[in-house]
Amino acid sequence: MQSFLSYLWVFLAGGGVCVIAQLLLDLTRLTPARVLVLYVTAGVALGALGLYEPLREVLGCGITVPLLGFGGNVAVGVREAVATEGLLGALTGGLRAAAGGTAAAIVFGYLAALIFSGKPKRL
Amino acid sequence: MNRNEYKRLAERRAGRSPVLRNCLAAFLVGGGICLFGEALTGVYLLLGAEEKTAATLVTVTLIFLSALTSALGIFDDLARVAGAGTLVPVTGFANAVVSPALDAKSEGAILGVGAKIFTVAGPVLLYAILGGAVYGTLLSLFGWLA
Repeated sequence: MQSFLSYLWVFLAGGGVCVIAQLLLDLTRLTPARVLVLYVTAGVALGALGLYEPLREVLGCGITVPLLGFGGNVAVGVREAVATEGLLGALTGGLRAAAGGTAAAIVFGYLAALIFSGKPKRL
Repeated sequence: MNRNEYKRLAERRAGRSPVLRNCLAAFLVGGGICLFGEALTGVYLLLGAEEKTAATLVTVTLIFLSALTSALGIFDDLARVAGAGTLVPVTGFANAVVSPALDAKSEGAILGVGAKIFTVAGPVLLYAILGGAVYGTLLSLFGWLA
């Protein structure tokens, strides 16, 4: 039961985060790229305000998988780096925390472009 | 017909977008992707990964699957229905890396694929790193919001 409830929270949070983005897309002039930037920036803000970690504790992948998690990770990484390296941590912590996802996207993206040919445009 | 006229025409033809239907699709698919990520986390933890490593592995796995399905053209079919449901999870970030890279293949390896791979990932990374740097600077110099 405990684990069913935690999965339910993940689903509701992840779905809810996406619905907010869908409303922004449908009801405002925001483009998908702007929504992505907005979400990653909001994630950094959540992390900086100390809200990301408690949310992650309860919502799990419901908040880490959306791009909010990418931003939250960056903020948490910066905080940890500043604690050990001081001001330099402001520059080193963010990318270090986001390294896995960033490198994965670039490497897999490049390989996909290398192996597959551009897909025919479907209208 | 200039750009604005075209936009107005397209909007008239498209009519009102079915917001409720879009939201439902975004909710189900987006929630589903997060649920899949959570289940995957459980699998990686079971295989002996540490919590932090498991989280990174899940991100990497989701990005790999998105890159593969994007290249195969399946992702776009799903994204057309799911809207923000596939955009907002890290899957959308991966798709935004792969799609421009694929399209730019004919423009060469350097300024084609090499540059276009960052069309959307670039802004996302920029504002994430910039935000982190601002936060880190304030934190280091003033203890954050002094």
